[in-house]
Order: sequence, then structure tokens, then C-alpha cells
Amino acid sequence: MAISLNTIFGVHDSALIYQSKRAEVLASNMANADTPGYKARDFNFKDVLSQLEGGQPSNLKTTHSKHIGLSTSPASVDLAYRIPTSSSLDGNTVDAKVEQAQYAENAMNYQTSLRFVNGKISSYLSALRGE
Amino acid sequence: MSLYNIFDIAGSGMSAQTTRLNLVASNMANADTVSSSTGETYRARQPVFATVLQNEVSSHQQSAAKGVRVMGVVESEAPLRQEYAPQHPMANDEGYIFKPNVNMVEEMANMMSASQSFKNNVEMLNTAKQLLQQTLKIGQ
Repeated sequence: MAISLNTIFGVHDSALIYQSKRAEVLASNMANADTPGYKARDFNFKDVLSQLEGGQPSNLKTTHSKHIGLSTSPASVDLAYRIPTSSSLDGNTVDAKVEQAQYAENAMNYQTSLRFVNGKISSYLSALRGE
Repeated sequence: MSLYNIFDIAGSGMSAQTTRLNLVASNMANADTVSSSTGETYRARQPVFATVLQNEVSSHQQSAAKGVRVMGVVESEAPLRQEYAPQHPMANDEGYIFKPNVNMVEEMANMMSASQSFKNNVEMLNTAKQLLQQTLKIGQ
């Protein structure tokens, strides 16, 4: 069995990059909860996933053989705007409670990915030690 | 590592909310300051927040990290409270005194909103710190 060091973590290394990027975006939303005219942003997970699978985001297509595809890093997906649940007078679309919940969920996902990476590392270590 | 940017973002949020709390405190402390002309009277002050770009990211992508800053402080345009009190030591020639246009109910609500936003930023910073610490312990 050939072991490639590039692929031992599966999707989890890209997942960690994506989740740390998303934490940053959600933090920006939260910090701007009282800024007039600020529009809450987030990643569209569908686009991120198709990007990782080597495809293009749903709104972009290569229609010619000489078109250059976008990079396949999860961080290069364009941000989308959140659809506000209630409008406010100053044009701000941040709902602090929604952002808080999303941030908590994202932190949980990050920890899950970390757990998987750690599990991989310890199983490879025990295989190397021959225990 | 973009988790480090959260420290800057949350920090900017906390500093902006502190300015807001400071202004609320100033407004409430001066709510009963009396003067004898409209020009000298204290007016309620409010901060104006604006988004600030933390870092410039490469060409085709919009910058993700955005903090907040206080763009300026504006004085309320609401009319001052004018009272007829000829016995008051600050009364003008016609016997009027002027009181600030501070609305206590508004200020209280503002204070609660600011402290809640501050707390949110602190929680966010703590979570980011925990995530980073766990990341540093990877493979141990």
C-alpha cells in the first residue's frame, strides 16, 4: 500500500482552511453588528465544495478550452451576502444571534476536523512504531 | 492563518463599543447640566461606526477580514429643553434656562446594546483562542 503524505488527511486539511476563513468572516459580521449599511457575508458551501472537487462555482463556467479555471483553494471562493430575516432602518443586515449560532457551529466543525487530523496522525504513528 | 485575524477584528469591535459606552456615560452624566444660552448647552453625542478593511487580499477576491472603527462623533440635532426659571442662578435676561437634549431611555438602551456587543466580541475572541491552542497541540 502506497502512502502519500499529501493525501493522508483527506478532506480535513482543506476543511480546516475553509473553517478558519469562515470564522474570520463571521467575526467580521459580529464586529460590524452596529455599523450602518454593513451587509453580513458568508461562504456558500455548495460553491466551496464544488471548487474542492475540481469544478467551478455554480455561477462561473469555462466555455472555451483556453479559459483558465480558478484555483482550487477553498479560500478563493467569492463571498455571498446573507439574506436578512428582518430589515433595519440603517441598512445593516447582521443578526447577532444568527452570527453567534453560525460561529459556534463553525468552531465545532473546526474541532471535529482537528480531531480527525489528530486521529490520522496517531494511527500513522502507531503503524510506524509497529506497536 | 486567518484565525489570527479574529484577534484584530474582535479587538477593533471592542474598542469601538468602548467608545460608544464612553459617550453614553458622558451623555448621562451631563443630562442635567444647565446653561443660560443654546450655544453653551451640552448636546447628546453618538458615535458613527464604519467598516475598516483589515488586510488587502489578492486580486479577484474581495477582502474577507473587516474590522470596525469609530468614524466620528456626531451631536444630536434634537431641540434643547428650555425652561422658564427666573430664580435659577443660570437664568438669562428673559428668565430662561437651557437643558441638554439627552434622552435617558435612549441612552439606557444604547448602553445595553453596547455592552452586549462588547460581550459578543469577547466570546468570539475566546473561542478563536481555544481553536488556535488546539491547533498548536496537533499530533501530540
